[in-house]
Amino acid sequence: MEIPRHWRIKKQRYSLVGEVCPHCDAKIFPPRDICPECGNEAKTTYTFSGRGEVYSYSTVYDPPAGYEEQAPYMVALIKLQEGPLVTAQITDLGEKPVEIGMPVEMVTRKLRNDGGEKGIIVYGYKFRPLMRA
Amino acid sequence: MTEEESKLLLKPSRPVGIMGYGSYVPRYRLPAKEVARIWTDGQSGLPIKEKAVPGLDEDVVTMSIEAARNALARSGVLPSEIRAVWVGSESHPYAVKPTSTIVAEAIGAVPNVQAGDWEFACKAGTEALVAAIGLVGSSMARYALAIGMDTAQGRPGDALEYTAGAGGAAYLIGPAEEALAIIHGSYSYVTDTPDFWRREHQRYPEHGQRFTGEPAYFKHIMEAAKALMQAVHTSPADYKYAVFHQPNTKFPRRVAAMLGFRKEQIEAGLLVPVIGNTYAGAALIGLTAILDMAEPGDRVLMVSFGSGAGSDAFDITVTEAINSRRDRALKTADYLARRTEIDYGTYVRYRGKLAT
Repeated sequence: MEIPRHWRIKKQRYSLVGEVCPHCDAKIFPPRDICPECGNEAKTTYTFSGRGEVYSYSTVYDPPAGYEEQAPYMVALIKLQEGPLVTAQITDLGEKPVEIGMPVEMVTRKLRNDGGEKGIIVYGYKFRPLMRA
Repeated sequence: MTEEESKLLLKPSRPVGIMGYGSYVPRYRLPAKEVARIWTDGQSGLPIKEKAVPGLDEDVVTMSIEAARNALARSGVLPSEIRAVWVGSESHPYAVKPTSTIVAEAIGAVPNVQAGDWEFACKAGTEALVAAIGLVGSSMARYALAIGMDTAQGRPGDALEYTAGAGGAAYLIGPAEEALAIIHGSYSYVTDTPDFWRREHQRYPEHGQRFTGEPAYFKHIMEAAKALMQAVHTSPADYKYAVFHQPNTKFPRRVAAMLGFRKEQIEAGLLVPVIGNTYAGAALIGLTAILDMAEPGDRVLMVSFGSGAGSDAFDITVTEAINSRRDRALKTADYLARRTEIDYGTYVRYRGKLAT
């Protein structure tokens, strides 16, 4: 089990909390304290809107350990409204096929169990087709 | 109100109300006729049309987070201003470790906050609501969040399997002068009545068959509703809407009629036919559907029921603020419209009923 790691990154995982660069205003996710755009220190927290669109996607039929129960599932690169690209699962698809450019929104979901049924439940961001107008 | 009656009413010393409300219903639906197809060759009567089923990545934590985000969006209150996050449920994902801490963290309400999980079968959510009214009404806190949410369990083949649904709602309570609806007071009626229970380490609940009706559901809701209306000097005609705990379609309709409410007063909040019994969320999510369409000045009666047994009754009046806040978040009808029908096999997989 990786309890310390889950605990350390819970804010970014639960609610897309990243950083904003005080020098060039770039929005940063995941947070890394150094701005990838201008190279200056960037430690100001910034909560992302959770809106974005599908940049690319693929279906996982042969899942890595810990994700067997969910397969097949969709993973995607999501271009957040504020700029950064994040990798996440797409959930709640229903009959609608995924398309590049499809608007999506962040939801907090169960990612997996760490330590099986006895272990901790890891929660984090996924994206679903945009419900809001 | 006489002095005796006023002593029975749970009335905060400063007026409180609902700052924001939010609901959540998962996307999947299991038609009752699909359960009947498997277990009775399609021959049984159906207590509802269909029930909501959570996806593989959903539980009371994730569903509470979304409902809470909707409630916060409507309220305009900053998460850091919330002093309590309370979640009532009978399907908390952990036996030991609070649901409420995860929800509080996800909505940004930590660390200056009281957090706790509530249990009282189907009225765990309204228990949390009464406590939130008390916390704000005593001026201990300005804002408190109360949630009722469930992913109800039903044993395969049991009568409850038709109706055990998933969903619920969150309510941010605050001072009445800022509220979109004022809660004038509540009344609770509780006795030791063993109509439904689940022992530790048991996966599915047991119930007392017909015993769940007259001495349990009907008795407690009737007494709670009548005592509340007597204490606040109202009659059914004073209410535009009423919402009762809804384990099936028949019970809330019958208890409404017994109390003297017309069908039109309960239709807006009667969601059980299309989402099933959402247990701790049932009365609370019914109220969200009412608030989604209510006008300023409309009066609403809400009465929950929890097995074991008890009822909490609330007297609520909608204010002008509803008009500017209603559209700030997804409405309950939006979640009802988002619907993917599943078959019994998919349901068995989604609800972890496969022995492996």
